Amino acid sequence: MEEPNHNNHEAAGGHHHVTSIGTYAATYVALLVLLVLTFAVSRVDLGAFNIVVALGISAVKTALVVLIFMGVRHNSRLTWFWASIGFVWLILLFLTLGDYVTRQWVHLPLGW
Amino acid sequence: MSSIPLNPGAIGTGGRTRARENYLNIKHTVSSWLLTADHKRIAVLYMISISVMFLFGGVAAAGIRIALVRPHDTFFSSETYNKLFSAHGIIMVFFFLVPSIPATLGNFLLPIMIGARDLAFPRLNLLSWYLYMFGAVLVMGAIMFGGIDTGWTFYEPYSSVYSNTNVVAVIVGVFIAGFSSIATGINFLVTVHKMRAPGLTWFRLPLFVWAMYATSIIIVLGTPVVAITLLMVVLERVFGVCVFNPACGGDPILFEHLFWFYSHPAVYIMILPSMGIISEVIACFARKRIFGYEFVAFSSMAIALLGFLVWGHHMFVTGESMYSGMVFSLITFLIAVPSAIKVFNWSATLYKGNVWLTSPLIFAIGFILLFTIGGLTGLFLASLAVDVHLNMTYFVVAHFHYVMVGGAIFGYMAGLHFWWPKITGRMYPEGWAMLSAFIMFIGFNLTFFPQFILGFDGMPRRYHFYPPEFQMWNILSSAGSSVLAVGMVIPGIYFLWSLKYGAFAPNNPWGAKGLEWTIQSPPPSHNFDTVPIVTEDAYAYEAIYAAELAGDYSHVEAPIPYLSTTDKQVSVESPASPNSSEERK
Amino acid sequence: MSLELQHPAVAPQRLSHQFEQIDQQNDSYIVGMWTFLVTEIMFFGALFVALTVYRSVYPDAFEQAHNALNVWLGLTNTFILLTSSFTAAMAVRSKMLGQRALTLVFLGFTILCAFGFLGVKYVEYSAEFREHHFPGPNFQWSQTVSSAPAQGDLAANSQVALGAPKVGVNEFPASYQPQQLELHKRELFFSLYFVMTGLHAFHVIIGICTLSTLWLLIYFKHPVVDDYMPVELAGLYWHFVDIVWIFLYPLVYLIGKQ
Repeated sequence: MEEPNHNNHEAAGGHHHVTSIGTYAATYVALLVLLVLTFAVSRVDLGAFNIVVALGISAVKTALVVLIFMGVRHNSRLTWFWASIGFVWLILLFLTLGDYVTRQWVHLPLGW
Repeated sequence: MSSIPLNPGAIGTGGRTRARENYLNIKHTVSSWLLTADHKRIAVLYMISISVMFLFGGVAAAGIRIALVRPHDTFFSSETYNKLFSAHGIIMVFFFLVPSIPATLGNFLLPIMIGARDLAFPRLNLLSWYLYMFGAVLVMGAIMFGGIDTGWTFYEPYSSVYSNTNVVAVIVGVFIAGFSSIATGINFLVTVHKMRAPGLTWFRLPLFVWAMYATSIIIVLGTPVVAITLLMVVLERVFGVCVFNPACGGDPILFEHLFWFYSHPAVYIMILPSMGIISEVIACFARKRIFGYEFVAFSSMAIALLGFLVWGHHMFVTGESMYSGMVFSLITFLIAVPSAIKVFNWSATLYKGNVWLTSPLIFAIGFILLFTIGGLTGLFLASLAVDVHLNMTYFVVAHFHYVMVGGAIFGYMAGLHFWWPKITGRMYPEGWAMLSAFIMFIGFNLTFFPQFILGFDGMPRRYHFYPPEFQMWNILSSAGSSVLAVGMVIPGIYFLWSLKYGAFAPNNPWGAKGLEWTIQSPPPSHNFDTVPIVTEDAYAYEAIYAAELAGDYSHVEAPIPYLSTTDKQVSVESPASPNSSEERK
Repeated sequence: MSLELQHPAVAPQRLSHQFEQIDQQNDSYIVGMWTFLVTEIMFFGALFVALTVYRSVYPDAFEQAHNALNVWLGLTNTFILLTSSFTAAMAVRSKMLGQRALTLVFLGFTILCAFGFLGVKYVEYSAEFREHHFPGPNFQWSQTVSSAPAQGDLAANSQVALGAPKVGVNEFPASYQPQQLELHKRELFFSLYFVMTGLHAFHVIIGICTLSTLWLLIYFKHPVVDDYMPVELAGLYWHFVDIVWIFLYPLVYLIGKQ
């Protein structure tokens, strides 16, 4: 077995950044504000934009949780990669909708 | 020239005199196997389990082929026939093909190939085997006691509303096995990212590792989707909720979308690891660098990515929008490009290579031939108009068997023969191996080529009875399947035989590159005494070939008495003598 | 083979035999956890796809059905989960700094929040069961349903839902029962509602088990939790449960149409 490397104390400390209580508290407050906003906007009829706004606010909230609470902000690039790939891949799954959007473009006789 | 230590594990180590400890003989208790965290032992556990499942799946296949010998009044009731092909599909897909190479050869080789002592999460690896076993036992129990008749695709609404068979138990088993493969995928991804030896950059990785990486990405991103989809089928059956049931406005096509979002990439879970093996085997036995390493590596990644964009080609005729179908058809054609790149690059590697024809290479060449046929017939099915004629016929059956059996299983056999000496420390009889490769190749083509013709003539898949004019092709196919079975039984026999009577394997019987060949056969528990430092590309075969030309390199080595209790002197026979350069020229 | 590391800011960690460095080990665990969370994202993602598809096909039925949900209880639950996410982050921070008592307090509060969430969920579910909103043979819908069959079901090619010009089929077979299908469309909404929230609640229960185990281990000073990594990983999981709800709440409770 290789001689264990004892010179990585600083690396260990630097790698895992300890976020201050203030940052966490500010994030928490921001999340609550966004929650109220989400709720308030949903009570106003914006037509098709209701869902856009709701998704936008949810995305911001998610970004706050991922970056600050989950600490991805200070993690390795690899963690960034894996943290984002799931959300990116969901887009591929949502390509399913392409089928539903285009399905009635064609006139089909009854019984098809 | 002669000073190059080409075979450092075998030449000049002190291992010949002292008794060698390895992962197999370090402990002999049952609990040392069942509670092991050693990736090599888990690989062996997996190998035994999937072989048993393969046997079950093979028996079901034999049942199908027996039933189809006669057009009517066959040996089974139609109900039993439906259960047979469902059992065959479910066992082979979820319990053999998906875990086959990743969980056995991948588990065994991945850490060694990248110079690590183990996978990143050894206990997760063991958990994965237990999940697999739990799922397998559940599914086998459900199949033995009642069976399931939905086919391996569990299409709605038959599976949720109408089928009176053990759908719930089987789906729960498949669900659990899905988590087993997710565990393996997570483990491999983290291991490849974080555990590589110093100097082992991404473009020095063996192509097998690239293939495992691409496979793991598919596993991690695809499996959960099918898991939740199948879970909803269970909820529909058990609680009467309706998600896909058209009786309450649900859309069964949505089930197919979500099902194939995993299950089409799952085809690449089966074939990509085989492609990785073929790259290793061909580079080794052509004694050449693989042609266009980067292209082969990136084509694996391209297949993994594009594989997620083609699922809709399974629904061309089941009610999907035709515009959607056009896009899926186009992307399906695109995925032929990376697959073709691989085939071209393997052929180019063999071209003017210094080919040493051994059984792994014969399996590999078989793979290339069969995969080419399987891939090209895939293009027929990807064409929208042609698919209207061919969908749900035996043409599809033949196509995917050419990819899955001709591809995945030939690749698995190539890998098994290539690394068997490393895994078990024993050589198998080369002559028998070559014979079985030829028998398998002939039997396979005899079984499945007639099915192309059957399908083109219009025989639907999954039908128990058929018009008498199809009988000749069906008899040919059934006859071929018995030849194929013989070709698969022979390796089973000589592999088991070799465990006791096979000659001791040298560390590097093939003169292959790669970290796994630098350590003893079988490897020690911790793989490496010192962490290896990698300084060259994966397939730098020039030096080995030059040494062989100069006569400095010999595959025939003195036996290594690695068993502490064994003192017998066994002369190691070279599987085939490649040594004299005159002979090879 | 293990290695004790001392650092003024970070609690000691043990190095497992397969790793070379503590950094490598920590990053592996975090990346591994994130990879697992990716699978969870895809897991829930499929349900969100189903919800989106059916809502686009049956906008009116889904609009009506979602009005039967209690937005205030949902809002309370969102608040509870966000709070628990904050305390989970604080628990990880305390554990990293080796503040055992604080870790126990924050972890305990997180677990309490999780139980609170389940309690509110229980109130919601029991109301829905009382009103026969659980899908299945006993499903009932007391409010009037629109009887116009052209409100875009799949048989009618759903052109109304998607705002496209009417080019599809407007005639229905004689056996067509609009009332029955309208009922089932609402059942479809509640099926998705129960599957999604039920699966989320299942994740909350797993979270409670994990966090409680960690709480007990820390309380009894078990050597496994000398390292802060278990708490960190459980925290990641818990935040993920929160993220699912961040999307679930607006999409299921708040937005009816699209």
